[in-house]
Amino acid sequence: MTAAFKLERTARGRLVLTLADGTTHEGVQPVRAFPLSAPTEFLALVSTLGRELLAIDHLDDVPEPARSLILEELAPREFMPRILSIDSVSTFATPSVWEVRTDRGKTSMTLKAEEDIRRIDRGRLLINDSHGLQLMIDDPAALDARSRRFLERFL
Amino acid sequence: MAENKHAVSLSLLPAVWRTRIEALLRPEESVRACFETDLTPDLRYADGLAVLTTIRILHLTQDEQTREWGLVDALMLRQTDYAGVGQLDIVLGEKRLDLLRFTLARAVAATHFVSELARLRADGAEEPEPAALCPECHSPLDPASGLCAVCARELAAPPSSRTLLRLWRFARPYRLQLFGGFFFTLMATFATLVPPYLTMPLMDEVLIPFQNGTPIDVNKVILYLGGLFCAALLAWVLGWAKTFLLALVSERIGSDLRTTTFNHLLGLSLEYFGGKRTGDLISRLGSESDRICLFLSLHALEFLTDVLVIIMTAVILFTINPWLALTTLLPLPIIAWMIHVVRDRLRTGFDKLMRVWSEVTNVLSDTIPGIRVVKAFAQEDRESKRFLAANQYNLALNDRLNKLWGLFSPTVTLLTEVGLLVVWAFGISQISRHEITVGVLTAFLAYIGRFYTRLDSMSRIVAHTQKAAAAAKRIFDVLDHVSSVPEPRNPVSLPAVTGRISLKNVGFRYGNRQVLRDVSLEIAPGEMIGLVGQSGSGKSTMVNLMCRFYDVAEGEIQLEGVDIRNLELRAFRQHIGLVLQEPFLFFGTVADNIAYGKPGATREEIVAAARAAHAHDFILRLPHAYDSIVGERGQGLSGGERQRISIARALLIDPRILILDEATSSVDTETEKEIQKALENLVRGRTTIAVAHRLSTLRKADRLVVLERGRVVEVGNHDALIEKDGVYARLYEAQTRQQAEAEA
Repeated sequence: MTAAFKLERTARGRLVLTLADGTTHEGVQPVRAFPLSAPTEFLALVSTLGRELLAIDHLDDVPEPARSLILEELAPREFMPRILSIDSVSTFATPSVWEVRTDRGKTSMTLKAEEDIRRIDRGRLLINDSHGLQLMIDDPAALDARSRRFLERFL
Repeated sequence: MAENKHAVSLSLLPAVWRTRIEALLRPEESVRACFETDLTPDLRYADGLAVLTTIRILHLTQDEQTREWGLVDALMLRQTDYAGVGQLDIVLGEKRLDLLRFTLARAVAATHFVSELARLRADGAEEPEPAALCPECHSPLDPASGLCAVCARELAAPPSSRTLLRLWRFARPYRLQLFGGFFFTLMATFATLVPPYLTMPLMDEVLIPFQNGTPIDVNKVILYLGGLFCAALLAWVLGWAKTFLLALVSERIGSDLRTTTFNHLLGLSLEYFGGKRTGDLISRLGSESDRICLFLSLHALEFLTDVLVIIMTAVILFTINPWLALTTLLPLPIIAWMIHVVRDRLRTGFDKLMRVWSEVTNVLSDTIPGIRVVKAFAQEDRESKRFLAANQYNLALNDRLNKLWGLFSPTVTLLTEVGLLVVWAFGISQISRHEITVGVLTAFLAYIGRFYTRLDSMSRIVAHTQKAAAAAKRIFDVLDHVSSVPEPRNPVSLPAVTGRISLKNVGFRYGNRQVLRDVSLEIAPGEMIGLVGQSGSGKSTMVNLMCRFYDVAEGEIQLEGVDIRNLELRAFRQHIGLVLQEPFLFFGTVADNIAYGKPGATREEIVAAARAAHAHDFILRLPHAYDSIVGERGQGLSGGERQRISIARALLIDPRILILDEATSSVDTETEKEIQKALENLVRGRTTIAVAHRLSTLRKADRLVVLERGRVVEVGNHDALIEKDGVYARLYEAQTRQQAEAEA
């Protein structure tokens, strides 16, 4: 069970956590313990030093407005565009530059090596581009035939 | 006189010894132990028999001599061994009366002999201990020689020469498909033999009459050509069916073979892995099982087709014209003989080639994981030379084989041409005498073309068979290896485990080096024991024995009063949590690695274990927290972080017994403090056996056990041992001084 706490945003945009014992901590960061396999469970608020201050068993337990604050803070840290289609690839050997359409718009990404495509549960694919940005393919089977053909060559 | 008054049944001894002993024994005397010596004191092979009776020790030698020593109080036996030779000194006070020598195969019996003397002294004429057990298979040893009859029989079994036939074990489940494949092969072969037969009437009934002025019979031509086409079509369909079916089966056999071998490999003891190189094992499982698979699906099938073609062709040829057929088949025995000659040479060659190939992979698997050492010592050239040498040896072997092999094919081709010439010559002479038609000769020539190409491809099977047989032999080598840590036949179910361990007169040797001797220790539930000693004193061996990675050679280890050799391995190891010096993380997520020993663990359990191991905070800092990939090429984690993950792994299975083998040795003192905190959670309430080089880490231990050259020399807690001013005190002082110097 998640302990009682208070979360606010200061004027400077930092999060301040007030714990049940009355201590306040400025600049806390929300972290998901299982961002891929269980994104809504096991969240933690950690201090600037990386210490866990508060454990949240489930995001649903968190009352508003703390919940929104947490999600707001997590958003930029978890920028992970979904690939909707692969329009072209420069070559079938890596490194390969892919022109992709994502739910955040069109972009191009560089795949350094085949093993940067990581299979996670339920057939989802997580692709690391050469700059460390991560793109997700939620359901490879749902891509159009052309994209699937491109993808198939790298799996 | 009742035979059973002797501890050793005299009837088991060789007759030569028995009669001599019986003559020597006095009425009131009984035999307590005996063992055969096989060396003389000046190290020559000669049999002898040492006998311990209630009143004296006797030594009988081959040359009819008998020595004896009465069992006076000051008489002692002292057993030592060095480099495979064991020695038993018979000592009276300070004086050595004599010595007996024997090879190490007899050492177990000799130890039993010595301990019998001690028992005899301790409890007079009480019940003697039963005969010693074989350290390998736990069957009773032959009382005199100290050898195990069961193991000796296994060693003496000759390696099977028809290794490939042993693959039948894996082919059996697919015998229906195999039979189907064979049927299709038969039919397909038959279909390919139809066309040359049809050329005969085509020539004799259509072409020759046309040359002689008869017009061409179009219907006949259509009939024969149609027949040719149908035969080709049929051969195509059947050929596809057989290839597909047999490839399907062989892939499955190959996969079964790999899986079985891997599972068997996992069951083998650490002793096996210690003696084998990774590259060699990888190549056995990978490329060689693939080679067998290829052989089964392609080469064996081809060979079968070849044999069928040859038999069928021969039958057809004989029915057309026996004399011409005889001429055609004349070169066959010569080729068969050639194949036989080359076979022997190629077999040894390919076997050797494969070992060399393993050598090449071994260089790779040595160098790549050790690349930091290679670079640090700037030994790239040396490794490169090593690789080059292996490669060149490989090349040289290949060259030698290819010389022989290269000669083979052209010779077969030459024989083919000669054979054709013979048939032409004989055929023309027969046609000239009107004994056969032109059509028959054409058919013969057409058949011969197929016939000899078959022989040619058949000759290739030699090489393929040898390769596959060599591969099969190497795989069966693994499969035939029996684990030296065997599962008990009738496992004892484990009582509730509290963590009570007792070591009783434990001895162990690596090869012919005695590492532990006569170690006895009682460990109470929840106690923390620190094992201390210089490197090579047997600390890690003791830990390996307690985990049952190896089995004790002498004595026994008990958990809750049950010999661990009588427990099911899996059940036993469930109670053991092991934290090693070099924590090994598998490729996978952090969460998977923590849950390695308990795959069904919930996320709550994983997080709780990580918290207790002080790993939670740093895991949260990883980009994907618990979902981050670690392992071979994953996230770079520091040694301390890896160690804390492995501590969490041990915590999650909640073992009663915890073994820390130099758990904090590879990290700096700062990180060690962090890990120590994690370990405190782990140790609480569990029986803990900790090995540490750094003595300060063992301060909290309830008892310290100091080992020196395989023996326990001191036991006690830190303060008591310092007080005692013995081995431990010296070690501790040396270390504190070193530390002080390092800090100064």
